[in-house]
Amino acid sequence: MARPRVGDRIFSSLTLFFALLIVLILGGLLVVLNIDAWPAIQKFGVSFITSISWDPVREEFGALPAVYGTLLSSLIGLIIAVPISLASAIFLSELAPEWMSRPVSFLIEMLAAIPSVIIGLWGLFVMVPFIRDPIEKWLGSNLGFLPFFQGPPFGVGFLSAGIILAIMVIPIITAISRDVMSAVPATQREAMLALGATHWEMITGAVLPYCRSGLVGAVILGLGRALGETMAVTMVIGNSYKLTPSLFSPGATIASKVASEFSEASGDLYLGSLITLALVLFGITLVVNIIARLLVWRSISVKGTGE
Amino acid sequence: MNRSEGNFRRRWSNRLMLVICGCAAAITIAFLALILGYTIINGVTYFNLDFLTQSAKPVGETGGGMREDIFGTFILVGIASVIALPVGLMAGIFLSEVAGPKAASVIRFSADILAGVPSIIVGVFAYALLVRPMHSYSALSAGVALALIMIPVVARTAEEAMRLVPNSQREAALALGISKWRMILGVIMPGATTGIVTGVMLAVARVAGETAPLIFTALGSAFGVQGLTEPIGALPLQIYRYALSPYSDWQKQAWAAAFLLVILVLGINIVVRLVSYRKKQ
Repeated sequence: MARPRVGDRIFSSLTLFFALLIVLILGGLLVVLNIDAWPAIQKFGVSFITSISWDPVREEFGALPAVYGTLLSSLIGLIIAVPISLASAIFLSELAPEWMSRPVSFLIEMLAAIPSVIIGLWGLFVMVPFIRDPIEKWLGSNLGFLPFFQGPPFGVGFLSAGIILAIMVIPIITAISRDVMSAVPATQREAMLALGATHWEMITGAVLPYCRSGLVGAVILGLGRALGETMAVTMVIGNSYKLTPSLFSPGATIASKVASEFSEASGDLYLGSLITLALVLFGITLVVNIIARLLVWRSISVKGTGE
Repeated sequence: MNRSEGNFRRRWSNRLMLVICGCAAAITIAFLALILGYTIINGVTYFNLDFLTQSAKPVGETGGGMREDIFGTFILVGIASVIALPVGLMAGIFLSEVAGPKAASVIRFSADILAGVPSIIVGVFAYALLVRPMHSYSALSAGVALALIMIPVVARTAEEAMRLVPNSQREAALALGISKWRMILGVIMPGATTGIVTGVMLAVARVAGETAPLIFTALGSAFGVQGLTEPIGALPLQIYRYALSPYSDWQKQAWAAAFLLVILVLGINIVVRLVSYRKKQ
């Protein structure tokens, strides 16, 4: 063993310092947000989560409609995105020949790279009118007996937000599921085919069960992204603060509420309430991302950040 | 008889499911085509020289452009890079060359979690950390917010690029008697340049389009770029403001800005991927 040199020691500690900075930033996020949220936490306590009012004039703030909107729009997004993503991933990993899967993967990654504000712009001017007219009108007149599809078709609202979120998380879930499926050993596939299974039976019988936890991780990672997605959702959700089962209704998510009101907020309590909202979102995404990371990591030893 | 019927069903359900999977991939690409198609067609229609070379006109007057906001975006990305590159690279070196497996997994995990923090929350953090104490929206606070988004991306891609450098090179360098830190800077880093540049460019492309963390840090400015401690405009911020405005002239400019931003962001992505693909072959 060579004796450690001074230069090496200094360099190593320097890299350690910058690496620890990442941990420090995470910790700093928690501490700083808590400090600035404190006036609101102190005043409202746990009732902040369960209250439905948001009245800057009377200084009464509650998070329930925003939490509801966040969960509802993400749920709609996942319901649409999961089957499309998993099927696309199966196509890329199991079916398509190399000359086809490479460009298709590339295009799907391009979809992930489009800035969210541009997807929002497209959503607002192209998708929302389309959702208002054929889609919501059709749903209203044919499935109007369900509480989800009642009320006037606004276009902007939970349904549009959910569809926009689906478009944004499809490339993420697809890319990670593709990697997870590709990591399944070829022997698993060969054994199933040798038993006389068709290609599809091989996929459902050998590939999918083998990487189930990784696929769940991919979906949860998509959920984490959907929960925190801001710009595109803010532009198509209509920014109204209410609790309603109707998917046609304009609503708000935590992120959209913070984005649309933060720069106008006056007073410590108003600002504190918005920061508390951000803190709630931070907590939710933190838990979701940690679970997802652990699941995906176990399937593909050490892989990229999934971006 | 029964058996061949069963086989017939199996064969056809096989084909059906395979076709469905292909359709799903086609749907995904159709979304990309729709978004890009509308952005390019609308953008080209409303794009002109004034858009690049003129400042914004007051409400009610037509014409004008986004000169200041384009400039602002470059400045913000510049500030973010200046902060994030050293931090990200050093953290990447730590992960790949210095840390033991346990320390590495803690840092790696933190970096991945930081990368997953919604960008709006990073914006709130930068507001609480810089805007509030300084009593002013500023280019600096927005640059810091974008840097916080860049750091984990740069760190992880730098780490992976350096891991790909073969161990024999490390051993050869050390066998010559040079110290470890010179081995890292003189052998590992040059060997991993393509990978590191790829990661940095992708991170730049990502933050160039970020909007949420700018709303209450950069704020936007009608007076152009005035300094690091003053509010500043940015292209994505202006897309957001103009898209939600009731003036059709502004909405047209939002499309033109979106066109420019898409060219910038996807351009970087495409070039980077082509280069790293060439390198692999």
